[in-house]
Amino acid sequence: MNLDEFYERLRKVNEAKGYYFNRDRERVDFLLDALLVNKERYGYMACPCRLAAGDREADRDIICPCWYREPDVQEYGTCFCNLYVSKEWNESEAPSESIPERRPPERMPF
Amino acid sequence: MAEHQVMVYALSTCSHCRNARELLDHSGVQYDCIEVDLTEGEERDRVVAQVREANPSLSFPTIVIDSDTVIVGFKEQAIREALELQ
Repeated sequence: MNLDEFYERLRKVNEAKGYYFNRDRERVDFLLDALLVNKERYGYMACPCRLAAGDREADRDIICPCWYREPDVQEYGTCFCNLYVSKEWNESEAPSESIPERRPPERMPF
Repeated sequence: MAEHQVMVYALSTCSHCRNARELLDHSGVQYDCIEVDLTEGEERDRVVAQVREANPSLSFPTIVIDSDTVIVGFKEQAIREALELQ
């Protein structure tokens, strides 16, 4: 599956749920490629912006879309990676900067 | 531009980490960088401990400046100020 197909497939599924891809297509492509890299590495699409343990059970809260996407998009208009955003975020001038990490440290098996 | 010792703990797959490195590169800042997701075994354990000491939430990028200033995440203004960039 090439990146454009992957983009289109995910775009449809997620827009229907109210999650939009970042207006910056280059950034989205970078992150989609990273998801495919992680799928290759771990067997599942671990979040590109978090350190995966490489164990599906331990990483299940950060398999994209992560458990934190919903509260993060609600609070900040963007997920942790800035991959999925709200419609309002995309129409705003908000910079693509980091948001605080919502994942509890105790969930990290390191 | 003042000389600083800059250590960037990053992930090779992370877009914020890429932004941070691009800012440092464009500004001509010298820095060391470890892509933690590419480390393994004892090195991974040692590096993770370093990151956690600087940033208990173990998020990326974690940028350590002169061993006394820690910037968590890609925050352009904070990075510019800490490194006295234009």
